[in-house]
Amino acid sequence: MKGLSLFLGCLVPNRYPGIELATKLCLAKLDIDLEELKGASCCPAPGVFRSFDKEMWLTLASRNIVLSEQMQRDMLTICNGCFSTLADANRAIKKSEMTKQKTNKILKQIGKEVKGDIEIRHIIEYLYKEIGPEKIALHVETKLKIRVAVHYGCHLIKPTRDRDLGSFERPVFFDQLVTALGATSIEYTDKMACCGAGGGVRSSMREKSLAMTEAKLSYIREADVDCIINSCPFCHMQFDSGQEEINEHMKAQYNIPVLHYTQFLGLALGFPAQMLGIDTTIKKNRRLVEKIAADED
Amino acid sequence: MKDRTASYKAIDRISNVAADSLKCINCGVCSSSCPSGRHTSLNIRRLIKNAAKNIDILTNKELWMCTTCYNCQERCPRSIDIVDMLLDIRAISVQCGSLLPEHRKTCMMLLEHGHAVPISEGCKSKRKELGMEEHPETVHKYKEGLEEVRTLLLACGFERLVGKKNNPPGDNTL
Repeated sequence: MKGLSLFLGCLVPNRYPGIELATKLCLAKLDIDLEELKGASCCPAPGVFRSFDKEMWLTLASRNIVLSEQMQRDMLTICNGCFSTLADANRAIKKSEMTKQKTNKILKQIGKEVKGDIEIRHIIEYLYKEIGPEKIALHVETKLKIRVAVHYGCHLIKPTRDRDLGSFERPVFFDQLVTALGATSIEYTDKMACCGAGGGVRSSMREKSLAMTEAKLSYIREADVDCIINSCPFCHMQFDSGQEEINEHMKAQYNIPVLHYTQFLGLALGFPAQMLGIDTTIKKNRRLVEKIAADED
Repeated sequence: MKDRTASYKAIDRISNVAADSLKCINCGVCSSSCPSGRHTSLNIRRLIKNAAKNIDILTNKELWMCTTCYNCQERCPRSIDIVDMLLDIRAISVQCGSLLPEHRKTCMMLLEHGHAVPISEGCKSKRKELGMEEHPETVHKYKEGLEEVRTLLLACGFERLVGKKNNPPGDNTL
């Protein structure tokens, strides 16, 4: 198996750098061969750019893929959107010689050529398939005995014909990665529902997008959990900033901590919250960090 | 005359990408699975069922209410690739000049920075607090990479596409 290159995308390095750092710390601790990918751009985002111009979408995605091909490494994504774009583009290139040639004709202008000889991975399916929950459990230093609402997000698992992760109706792989750290994954209504951000809806119809988020948050609150664990910085932002926006505009009072799985894993592997960018100055997250620390004592 | 040709072409293209919508049996599994439809006017069944029949779809705001969650496509008993079809119709709509103003802004970000969401000053200081480099290992740091991205965007005619004035094809239907 090839080593990995880390594809950062936009939201992780440019809004939630803690997730970037948590990913690097966790993978180093798990002894997974990971290198920086230098000079990548936006994946480009599937909901918007694939909607606008498929050729451009495929071309920019292919440039990103080439960067990892040149390192002879599979590419690791930590965002469902990046995973969707890069995995789908990579599949299109591998599947059709004509698509590949057409794309390479444009890439030639920057002296690059896509070969289609690497794989695109998502951190959740990578950890599940290549390491497994049992092995991850062996690395746990701090058992996180808390109640968790797992949010898979849409593009990690759908379209299922392309993802090889089973049915999207009641998946368990992500829950198993969470319970491996000592936490309990709580069932809640509409667990597999979308966060409301995708498809360009958050950017163009913010209120409607937040109405979807509010519905999901209301079910999560009913389930009385300590935090939401996600696998995607876009869902992360929709739940994190979204709660503030909902509280402000809909006169609600949501206060649920939100963590990307890499940050949660980082806590379990013994890294302090400050190192993982779990902003301890944010009230909702401070409460969570205090609870975990109290459980440890 | 030119507009008329464009309009004909748009109809043909919609018919092509939406051919599978003819398989629809109106069962409604798609719209009842749609998280957006609960909160917006999006009726994905109606939208897709009528996709190939009317060029007005290109200016229908419902096109942009889909979060691309794929529930409808996953559950469609007729195996219609609903979301893929919707994305293709969106692209035709954009080519006909119906890019939403907020989405145009996102495109401008990509053209300028190579990122849909470029780094903010606040995030730069967050990175420093975490002991990270101010600029991530992306085109933000490697300017020659950004030039490559711009070259490709230009080669694909993306600037021209984004700059296109709104000219709803519904106005020049025949």
